[in-house]
Amino acid sequence: MTTATQALDAKGLNCPLPILKAKKAIKGLNAGDTLFVESTDPGSVKDFEAFCRSTGHKLLESGEASGIYTYLIEKAA
Amino acid sequence: MTTDNQKRMCIIVTKGTLDWAYPPFILATTAAAMDVEVDLFFTFYGLQLLKKDLDHLQISTLGNPAMEMPMGGMHMTMPNLVSVIPGIDAVASTMMKNMIKKKGVASIPELREMAVESDVNLIGCQMTMDLFEWSQDDMIDGIEIGGAATYMEKALNSDINLFI
Repeated sequence: MTTATQALDAKGLNCPLPILKAKKAIKGLNAGDTLFVESTDPGSVKDFEAFCRSTGHKLLESGEASGIYTYLIEKAA
Repeated sequence: MTTDNQKRMCIIVTKGTLDWAYPPFILATTAAAMDVEVDLFFTFYGLQLLKKDLDHLQISTLGNPAMEMPMGGMHMTMPNLVSVIPGIDAVASTMMKNMIKKKGVASIPELREMAVESDVNLIGCQMTMDLFEWSQDDMIDGIEIGGAATYMEKALNSDINLFI
């Protein structure tokens, strides 16, 4: 696990819901806070990379273990 | 013309079936999540997607050779001939809605609600309202009504323009 400011369980959700839920969660955070996301959508790997590149939020870590994709995102200033 | 750095997307939404409702709402909500300002301009059958109740949205089995429904590990095609069976669209639509739910795909009402929440501008076409005799009371709250010039102004200021 991790010491993220907030955790989001997006397991079982399909595109674009993991991104939309993550955006909603990030909205409630302060700059520099982190969000930990769990997803079962294999498409979310490329999507979270693209989302972070476009919005400026920092993708600190990403990984996969037994079909669960995880992301640690730091909110941009 | 605007000269700020705000990115904008504008989509003309012309189709009112369940399957065609997905691309505009998926792109609109995702773009909004990526800080893009979004305008959706609903015209002709697309205006159906602004109605208060969306339960009537259906898919059609007619003229779609690409439609293959997963069934028991196989895929069932929908030949045009089955479209003459009374109620077949309702049956196929129910199958599709069940599949959508089972696979964790968002429903159209859910995506539309998220679009409204994320300040996507929903614009209904005045001419279509007149043509099909719909009033603003039939539509959800918070929409704008406009015409071709309204769209053009938005489109001229957009980085992305799509026709769906």
